[in-house]
Amino acid sequence: METHRRTFLKASAVAALVLAAGGGLYPLTRPAQAQPFVLDGEARAALHAIVPALLDGALPADPTQRARAITATTERVHQTILGLPLATQQEIQDLFGLLALSPARRLLAGVAPAWGEAGEEEVAAFLQDWRTHGLALLRTAYQALHDLVLGAWYSDPAHWAAIAYPGPPEALS
Amino acid sequence: MSSPIPDPIEAGLARGWKVIDGAAQARDLALSADVVIVGSGAGGGVTAEILALAGLSVILVEEGALKSSRDFKMREAEAYPALYQESAARKTLDKGVNILQGRTVGGSTTINWTSSFRTPPETLAFWREHYALEGYTPDALAPWFARMEARLHIEDWPTPPNENNEALRRGAARLGIPTGLIRRNVKGCWNLGYCGMGCPTNAKQSMLVSTIPAALDHGATLLTRARAERFVIHGERVEALDCTLLGANGITANGRRARLQARHWVLAGGAINSPALLLRSNAPDPSGLLGKRSFLHPTLVSAAIFPQRVDGYAGAPQSVYSDHFLHTQAIDGPLGYKLEAPPLHPVLLATTMAGFGSAHAEMMRQFPRLGGMLALLRDGFHQDARGGSVRLNGDGSPVLDYPLNDPIWDGARRALLSMAEIQFAAGARGVQVAHESAPRYATWPEAKQGIGALPYRLHAVRVASAHVMGGCMMSGDAKGVTDPDGRYHGLLNLSVHDGSLFPTSIGANPQLSIYGIVARLASNLAVALGGQTTQAPMAAEV
Repeated sequence: METHRRTFLKASAVAALVLAAGGGLYPLTRPAQAQPFVLDGEARAALHAIVPALLDGALPADPTQRARAITATTERVHQTILGLPLATQQEIQDLFGLLALSPARRLLAGVAPAWGEAGEEEVAAFLQDWRTHGLALLRTAYQALHDLVLGAWYSDPAHWAAIAYPGPPEALS
Repeated sequence: MSSPIPDPIEAGLARGWKVIDGAAQARDLALSADVVIVGSGAGGGVTAEILALAGLSVILVEEGALKSSRDFKMREAEAYPALYQESAARKTLDKGVNILQGRTVGGSTTINWTSSFRTPPETLAFWREHYALEGYTPDALAPWFARMEARLHIEDWPTPPNENNEALRRGAARLGIPTGLIRRNVKGCWNLGYCGMGCPTNAKQSMLVSTIPAALDHGATLLTRARAERFVIHGERVEALDCTLLGANGITANGRRARLQARHWVLAGGAINSPALLLRSNAPDPSGLLGKRSFLHPTLVSAAIFPQRVDGYAGAPQSVYSDHFLHTQAIDGPLGYKLEAPPLHPVLLATTMAGFGSAHAEMMRQFPRLGGMLALLRDGFHQDARGGSVRLNGDGSPVLDYPLNDPIWDGARRALLSMAEIQFAAGARGVQVAHESAPRYATWPEAKQGIGALPYRLHAVRVASAHVMGGCMMSGDAKGVTDPDGRYHGLLNLSVHDGSLFPTSIGANPQLSIYGIVARLASNLAVALGGQTTQAPMAAEV
C-alpha cells in the first residue's frame, strides 16, 4: 500500500512536470486566433485506441465490422468536435496534442507502447485512472472523451436497434 | 416524404417577413430601429411582440439560425449542434456543470420541455425582503402571468403522464410525498416526447411560433446568425451595436459585420450571454455586480431499471413534479430541491450516465426499461450562496465560473437519496445515480448506505443545469445591476429583459417567470417610448 502510494505521488509529480512543459510548449505553437480542430498522426491514433475501450460491449464482435465501426466512430467524433465553438475546439486540440506526446502518453496515461500498438485493457486502465484522478485536468479530459465517444456512438441510428430504441416517429422524421 | 405539418415560418416568409440571415450577407449591414432587442428567447420574444404591437419599429438580433418544424427531425445528432449553445455541451469554467441552453430563433423556448410554473410566492417574498423588490408580489404579477398563460396556451395537461413521470408520482405517493401535475405551453400536442429537439408539430407554443411571428407580422425585422459583439457606449448612452455575422456553420465569422442603431436597447441574450455582452462593451458597472451572482439550478440525475417498459423517450417529457423537498426546511437553510423527470434519449442518457465499456453498454441495453429522475437544487438563498460569475475567454466568448460549494454537495447527497428511495418505492429493481463512483444499487437499504458514503466533489458527481439566472440582478435599492423595471444602472437607454434579472434562482423551471415578468416590463417600456396602448396580444386562431 505504502509503495503504491509513493509510486503514485512520484507519478503525479512527474505528471505535473509534463503538464507544465506541455503548457509551456503550446503557447509557442498556438496561433493567436483559435483554429478549427485537426485530427492527424498520433492524435488520430490515440482516439482510434480510445474508442474501442470506451465502447467495449457495444462494438460488434466480428473483426471486420468492428474495425469499420471504430473508424466510423473516430470520424464521427471528429465531426462532432468541428461543430463546437472554436475556443472549445482549441481545448480539445490541446488535449490531443498532449496525448500525442510520447512522454505524456507514458507518464500521464501510463501507456508504454505507441497508441497504434496499445492493448485495449491498457487503454481502459488509463481511462479508469483519469476518471477519478487527482488532477482536475485529467478528469475533465476523461469526461470529454467519454461524452464525445459515447455521444457519437449513440447518436448514430445504426446503433439504436441494439438498445431497442425504435427511433423517432418515421412520418415526421 | 414531405411533412404533413403546416410550417408557420415558411408561410410568414412567403407573406414578406423581414428576416435577414447574417450568413447570407455579402456586404456589411447598417440597420436602425426604435428598439433593438438582443436575443430571441423568452425575454426577447415577449418584448418583440409587445413593442411591435405598440407600433414601435423593432429589430430582433439572434446568434442562432431560423429553424422551423420542417427542420426538427427529432435526432440528437442534428438537434444539439443546430439548436443549442455549444452543441448542448456548454460547461462551467471548471467543467463541473453541463449547461443546456438554446441558440436558435426562440432561444431555449424552442428546445425546452414545456414545463410552466408561475414564480413561487416564497421566491418573490425573498426578493421583496432582501432586494427591495416591493412590486414583485404574487398579486401584482398574477395578471401578467395570466396574460402570458392565455397567450401561450399554458394549461393543465389532460393526458395521463408517461411511465417515466408516473414512476415519480407512484413512488412518491407510496412514501407519502405529494406531487403535482405540470402545466404545459402546448396546443394540440401529439404527446411525442421530442420537445428538446424542437417541436416537429408546432404544438409547443415557443417564441418561435407565437410572439416572434406576431412581431414579424407587425413589421419587426429579425437578424439571424449575428453575434452581438459589443455596444458602442458614449457617456450614459448606448449609441450602436456591432455584430459579427456568422457563416452557415454558425461558428466561424463570415467576414461581414452589422452595425445597428436604436433609440432604446433591450438585452435578452440569457444569463450568460447578456452579462458577457456588457462586459465586452466595458459597460459602466456602478454596483460592481455585473456578471456576478449568477445562479443555476444545479441538477442531479438518477436512473432506475424497472421490470416493465418505461420508454422514457416517448410522451410529454415532464408532466409530474414534487416540491416537497423545497418545503422541508427554511428557504435560506440547507438547499431545497424540486423533483421532476427528464426525457430519455440515447445521447442525453449515454453522456449523462457515468462509466464506460461493458458496464455502460449493459446499462444502455436496458434503455426501454430505464426511468430517469431529476432534482433541481434551489441555489441563491443560502447565506453561503455566492453563485457564479460570468467571465470572458481570450476570444471574448463567455464562460460561467460556478464553483460547487459545500451547501450544493450537501443538497446533492440528499437529492440523490430522495430520488433513489422514490425510484425503489415505484418498483425499480436497480438504481444508478449519475456519479463516477456509484455502483448499481439493488435495494433501497443498499442505496441509502452507498449514496450516503459516496464522495461529493468536483467531477465525481455529474451535475447539469438547464436554467441560468442572474448576472444583471435587479434590486429596488440601487444595489442591483438593474432596477425593478429592468433599466440598467449607468446606461439611460438600455433595459435587460431576461432571466439575468433574477436575484436568485427561481426554484422552478423559469420560462413562465420570464414571460410574465418581462410582459410587465415590456408593456411599461412601450408606454415610456411613446408606443400606442394596445390590447393584450393574444394567440392567433389556427
